[in-house]
Amino acid sequence: MMYNNEHFEPVITPNVDKAGCDTLDFYLKNEDGYKALEKALKMKPAEVVDEVKKSNLRGRGGAGFPTGMKWSFMPAAPVDKDGKPKPKYLVCNADEGEPGTFKDRLIFTKTPHRMIEGMIIACHAIASNKGFIYVRGEWFKETRLMQKAIDDAYKAGYLGKNILGSGFDCDMVIYRGAGAYICGEETALLNSLEGKRGEPRLKPPFPAQVGAYGMPSCVNNVETFAAVPYIILKGWEKYAKMGTERSGGTRLLGVSGQVNKPGVYELPMNLSINDVIQVAGGVKGGKKLKAVIPGGASAPMLTAAECGVLTDYDSLAKAGTMAGSGGVIVIDETVSIVEAAYTLLKFYEHESCGQCSQCREGSHWLARMFKRILDGGGTQDDLDYIAKICGNMAGQTICAFADAVTGPALSSVKKFRHEFEELIRNGGLEKTRAHTHSYVTEGAHV
Amino acid sequence: MAVTEQIKKTMEGIRHQFPTEQALLLPMLHEVQNHNGWVSMDDMRAIGEFLHLPLSKVREVTSFYTMYKLEPQGKVDIQICTNISCWLNGADKLVSCAEKKLGIKCGETTSDGNFTLSHVECLAACGTAPAIMLNEDYYESLDTPQLEKLLDQATSDLAANKKVGKSTRVDGVWP
Repeated sequence: MMYNNEHFEPVITPNVDKAGCDTLDFYLKNEDGYKALEKALKMKPAEVVDEVKKSNLRGRGGAGFPTGMKWSFMPAAPVDKDGKPKPKYLVCNADEGEPGTFKDRLIFTKTPHRMIEGMIIACHAIASNKGFIYVRGEWFKETRLMQKAIDDAYKAGYLGKNILGSGFDCDMVIYRGAGAYICGEETALLNSLEGKRGEPRLKPPFPAQVGAYGMPSCVNNVETFAAVPYIILKGWEKYAKMGTERSGGTRLLGVSGQVNKPGVYELPMNLSINDVIQVAGGVKGGKKLKAVIPGGASAPMLTAAECGVLTDYDSLAKAGTMAGSGGVIVIDETVSIVEAAYTLLKFYEHESCGQCSQCREGSHWLARMFKRILDGGGTQDDLDYIAKICGNMAGQTICAFADAVTGPALSSVKKFRHEFEELIRNGGLEKTRAHTHSYVTEGAHV
Repeated sequence: MAVTEQIKKTMEGIRHQFPTEQALLLPMLHEVQNHNGWVSMDDMRAIGEFLHLPLSKVREVTSFYTMYKLEPQGKVDIQICTNISCWLNGADKLVSCAEKKLGIKCGETTSDGNFTLSHVECLAACGTAPAIMLNEDYYESLDTPQLEKLLDQATSDLAANKKVGKSTRVDGVWP
């Protein structure tokens, strides 16, 4: 497939459709497995960090923070108050749960060694001897597959003491979450990893100073780690060239919703949302496109007319939304945007950890107001109230969860206000549907 | 016994992996949840004694996470994802199908104690929506005839005393 990008090649998923691609044997034979580790162990940690910095790899979990920079925040040789050296920890955020996001699950089940190798290299780069992999609790099968991959890596000498004769020791431990979306937030994850409630922490101190178990820690996403072996083995230039000026490499986009071929696609970032929908087989049933959520549930919606925007971090930010976690949710013309937004708000209402009143109460109020509009009890004033509530949530809380809630809430009202007004006028969704037979408003064929 | 010797042994086996004892709280709750099907006050007390944590600490953690159930559940826990991608692909139909077939509403348990039905938030299986969890196992790209079949199979497996929905579990092995 041509993507009008001569530098592009799949970094993470070249072989995920092949039988046995999850095994160590396959990784060693067909994917230069653990060669990058061999190379990295001969480099100084600072050189590895520098390589990743220059590659322009940005965090694939949602925030898009430059990975090399994050690694460089880790103190070189931290000591406690008695002058004794402190351990440092690397943490993998595998709490994938942003609605519309399912790319990390692919890595876990199809190319786990790539992530493990990336983590060991990262441990070397930040001079840590221990990595924790925090996996969402619902992934029983996926966790056990990853544990098997870790066991195999130990047996082959890629983990444990004196790795490949380098004198470097590294251990890898899996920790299972227990069903809390908020634990994808890195400081909530750290609390959960310590056996506590998954409540986000106030920053500062940042995890690089006080992270897991009070020690300096660095948290990165599964896909971020999986990109590291390629960068080390093929060089930062090749990786950087594939991307845009400020963001290197490829992206795994999980395309779901109403498309013909939903799935995870590894793509260059110079494609538009419309292109991505084409790659995923177009809108299901030949229907018109109404809206797209481009980066997981928290990313503000785009209208069909806005879907010419490119999928890189900066273009999406400029369009008032975000690349987020790469979950592209496609919504066709027959869907009520009010109902779609309510589906998400119900989720946020359930998942708010409850520490901050703005978020705890705000997510609850928003969900109830959207429900009221759907059920026919909405008023025109509600639309202004929604904006007011959102204004009191975003930026006012310990973590970015409250901001995330306002993504679907504000964008749906702003961009599809006529749908809300229609429901308010007609007395709810059911009556509107009976009135118009099908719920078709404007959209565009892609 | 609420917290079995086997569970304690499993925890001892992974104790060295963590800098603190409290880190074992989530793993231990998982094992108790798996063994008993829920986490009772007695379980929490026993876990607290084992990990040297006050009951209040154990309880505040247990109640935070949705995977730990504070009441007895059915032997088969059916959780249907109704979040955006699953909803766009007919999750509501799966919910009504399961409710009709089992004769219960979401959040309820059948009177024979066999099935509990609930909604679940995004399972990260959006590309194969709609998705459900049956105990530990995912079932994806489901339609209503397949769901009905799955429920029939689970019913007959239960009657035959077979393990249901735990196809990758090896007893006594963490995780």
